Amino acid sequence: MTIIEETAPVPAPREGDDGPLLEVRDLHVEFVTREGVVQAVNGVNYSVSAGETLAVLGESGSGKSVTAQAIMGILDMPPARIPQGEILFRGQDMLKMSAEERRRIRGRRIAMIFQDALSSLNPVLSVGYQLGEMFRVHQGLSKKEARTKSIELMDKVKIPAAAARVDDYPHQFSGGMRQRIMIAMALALEPDLIIADEPTTALDVTVQAQVMDLLAELQREYNMGLILITHDLGVVADVADKIAVMYAGRIVERAPVHELYKRPAHPYTRGLLDSIPRLDQKGQELYAIKGLPPNLLRIPTGCAFNPRCPKAQDICRTEIPALVPVTEQDGAELVGRGSACHFWKETIHG
Amino acid sequence: MAELSKNDEQEATPNVSEVETADVHSESEAVAAIEAPVDRGEPILQVRNLVKHFPLTQGILFKKQIGAVKAVDGVSFDLYQGETLGIVGESGCGKSTVAKLLMNLERATAGEIFYKGQDITKLSGRALKAVRRNIQMVFQDPYTSLNPRMTVGDIIGEPFDIHPEVAPKGDRRRKVQELLDVVGLNPEYINRYPHQFSGGQRQRIGIARGLALNPEIIICDEPVSALDVSVQAQVINLMERLQDEFNLSYIFIAHDLSIVRHISDRVGVMYLGRIAEIGSDEQIYDHPTHPYTQALLSAVPVPDPEAREGRERIILTGDVPSPANPPSGCRFRTRCWKAQDKCSTEVPLLAVPERFRGEDTPAAHESACHFAEEKDVVHAA
Amino acid sequence: MPDMTKSDTATAAPDAVDATAPAPQPVKAEKTRSLWGDAWEDLRRNKIFLISAVLILLLLTITFFPGWFTSANPTYGDLAKHYLQKPQLGKVFSPEWLGYDQQGRSVYARLIYGARASIAVGFGTTIVVTIAGGLVGMIAGYFGGIIDSILSRLVDVFFGIPFLLGTMVVLNSFPERTAWVVIGALGFFGWTQLARVMRGAVITTKQSDYVQAAKALGASTPRILFRHILPNTLAPVIVVATISLGVYIGSEATLSFLGLGLNGVSWGNDISDGGNQIRVAQWIMLYPSIMLTITVLAFIMLGEAVRNALDPKTR
Repeated sequence: MTIIEETAPVPAPREGDDGPLLEVRDLHVEFVTREGVVQAVNGVNYSVSAGETLAVLGESGSGKSVTAQAIMGILDMPPARIPQGEILFRGQDMLKMSAEERRRIRGRRIAMIFQDALSSLNPVLSVGYQLGEMFRVHQGLSKKEARTKSIELMDKVKIPAAAARVDDYPHQFSGGMRQRIMIAMALALEPDLIIADEPTTALDVTVQAQVMDLLAELQREYNMGLILITHDLGVVADVADKIAVMYAGRIVERAPVHELYKRPAHPYTRGLLDSIPRLDQKGQELYAIKGLPPNLLRIPTGCAFNPRCPKAQDICRTEIPALVPVTEQDGAELVGRGSACHFWKETIHG
Repeated sequence: MAELSKNDEQEATPNVSEVETADVHSESEAVAAIEAPVDRGEPILQVRNLVKHFPLTQGILFKKQIGAVKAVDGVSFDLYQGETLGIVGESGCGKSTVAKLLMNLERATAGEIFYKGQDITKLSGRALKAVRRNIQMVFQDPYTSLNPRMTVGDIIGEPFDIHPEVAPKGDRRRKVQELLDVVGLNPEYINRYPHQFSGGQRQRIGIARGLALNPEIIICDEPVSALDVSVQAQVINLMERLQDEFNLSYIFIAHDLSIVRHISDRVGVMYLGRIAEIGSDEQIYDHPTHPYTQALLSAVPVPDPEAREGRERIILTGDVPSPANPPSGCRFRTRCWKAQDKCSTEVPLLAVPERFRGEDTPAAHESACHFAEEKDVVHAA
Repeated sequence: MPDMTKSDTATAAPDAVDATAPAPQPVKAEKTRSLWGDAWEDLRRNKIFLISAVLILLLLTITFFPGWFTSANPTYGDLAKHYLQKPQLGKVFSPEWLGYDQQGRSVYARLIYGARASIAVGFGTTIVVTIAGGLVGMIAGYFGGIIDSILSRLVDVFFGIPFLLGTMVVLNSFPERTAWVVIGALGFFGWTQLARVMRGAVITTKQSDYVQAAKALGASTPRILFRHILPNTLAPVIVVATISLGVYIGSEATLSFLGLGLNGVSWGNDISDGGNQIRVAQWIMLYPSIMLTITVLAFIMLGEAVRNALDPKTR
């Protein structure tokens, strides 16, 4: 983690500001490789408000992590480039800011939690030192004060015997405890928004539940926005308020969490939900989405999902479906819902 | 001999049946015993008190043992012909070591593995080769389980090079193409290299290699955990189809409890090198009696927010203890909310709990807990 | 409650129980690539690689066909043209181009014929250390346990002997030092580096799942070693071997300079001789030194380029 001496002020939350905390508008990200241009993100729009959890769901190559990296400004450019789009944090476009301004936001106002906690922590420094560094550098606290703050923070993320373990090194902690330390580091400067990229994927089921609970609890306490990036439909169901489903660099469906599981409005979402076995009943043969995720060098024309879609028609092969609002059969609006399918009506109502 | 009564789930299938050791005096008799077919529903693999300790050593040239990681510490179960036995547990519970022991990739510290009455831990030479032909494995990571320097044809054909009696030389290319077709890959891909395929396709190649020798048992170690959700279902369905087509018995090792329920006839739950509970899928998932199973099941995130809200959740405190220094008595007691003094002094045996013994209830299955009681954590209240 | 949602979503299932997916499209249809293929793509565009490859090709040609480059005899001394005859840089490729040494021998001719000694010792030693070190490393890495402990300590012992001092002591006891003797001495003290590299690569490879898979099939040890492990450990070994080739050429010259190298024409001998005349005839030492530097550099650059090409992380 890079830590920069802070003196300049950061954009402070404005009084009575009830717009979204973060808004991504028509974001495109490409990677220039030897084989050609990999179109990783192709026009993503989403927003998250304070106290809200947005889950971004997708398989590998869907562009969910690249979007997050673009928000954080941690993409390697080149090979990556952002030809188009806006990332508004409290209304200010971060893509137009100077590197210095962005650095002030990163870490302080927006923090990130990664999947692999072990490689995100420096193995030769004690966790107490690494946590304390945040306070020493950003807030100018003394060594002793920083240490006290570190212990407080470790208590906050429920690490048992924090005072005794503050001088331990990362490898002395279990996977779940390390992920708690990562959460503590993200929380240290009380950011407005946390981006968690597959935070529990590397953990065991029983530990996963502990960590997700902790994250949700802290989010409520600090009234933070949370973007949860995952491939796991189960994890999402537990904590998210709203979901954006990504496929081949686009959002194909968005919905409040309960609605999505009850009535998916995109054949891909429906296929995903049907293809996972149930814990509470023994099913028959699983539904399997045929084919493979697309090669991002050659995304199919029209709807990227059309070669795998059971409902595909000619129009799906020629026209890219826009993310349109989804309504009830009688035309009543379904708040917060959208689908990028030419046949969303048939999918949700049919 | 215990009967596996698939139709009558209520009647608990004993986890461990009596081993009928084959009476053999020579290698060829052993090979003959291994080649003999087993009826559907009869035990084909019987594991007894299997132990694997990895020594912890110190010193450079002269190593001194300072302890042992008790990866597997007294595991017994049966695999019946034609069934799928699921083994679930968290990382470090020893489930992958069990797979390696069954494949003879690791030497057991103690215990026996009877395959058709022959203890395979003591076999060598032709008899061991015959066993190897009949027990195959599908690996977790499709990116590392295929040699990147070999073509698909060479990878799937390698079993025939090692066991030339299975397919005559001129026949091999055709056989490899048949196998590609069976697992749903284009037979023309025979000259391609593994990196030209996606994860799901690679796992199909791994499965084709496992099928090449026409085995009776396939041990699957987390075969779909590295795959995307939409591809997992394809591979699971393929494995189920192949089981019917080739009359295979599976040992399916995984940490994903939903997938294990889907594919398994019986399920064993492992914790720190021991089996905590074993029974039919209905017994384990709908009527678990061991607190660890209950906690594990209740922690599984379910992709259905409404079903979730009605369920009881047990959130365990702390982490799994180190297998180098497991707790005395019951290994789960350090995280168990029911633990009492008895749990630290007496090792609970894996048996039908006394209170359910002789009763006609799905709770009457083997569970290694002093205070076993039924609790449904999977269904909404 | 769960049943309600289940029945809702399950309606989509029957029409598409397409479990046995149709032969899916390959990830990339038109290009067949391997690690080496990718590396080649990378190398083709790498200027450093191209320059060093051209230089090495030129050196090899000089080694095998010195007659193509000069008609002069490197050992024929015309005392009329003793070392006071300076280079005539205008007369490119002629015997007098780079001047004459103190015995009236053409420096240019000696440069051409001297390449053979350097290349022979460089390649010979590299082959010896690759085979010997590779074998020891493979045995230690694959079998592990007590075999590994003994071999690894042996490697450590050899590593402890100063390389040049060791070779000098050995070569000093040979009155006649042919190429074989020099190769043997350099190889005897030089195999340890490759043994270490090989051991590490084998240990990594032997834990990989495809080796486990081959074992599970009942594959024999030679089959596992030569079909599965060896092809996957070659990349780091080739890189280290290429770099050490340059180092051995330099070592041969050092030994010759110290009077312990090959008998006969070699750059090292000429540098040594030239050193005595450096105040009156700098060119005698200058040109072999330039050639030596270029040669060593070419191999080291080639090794670096191959290493980068084979390591996807550096791309």
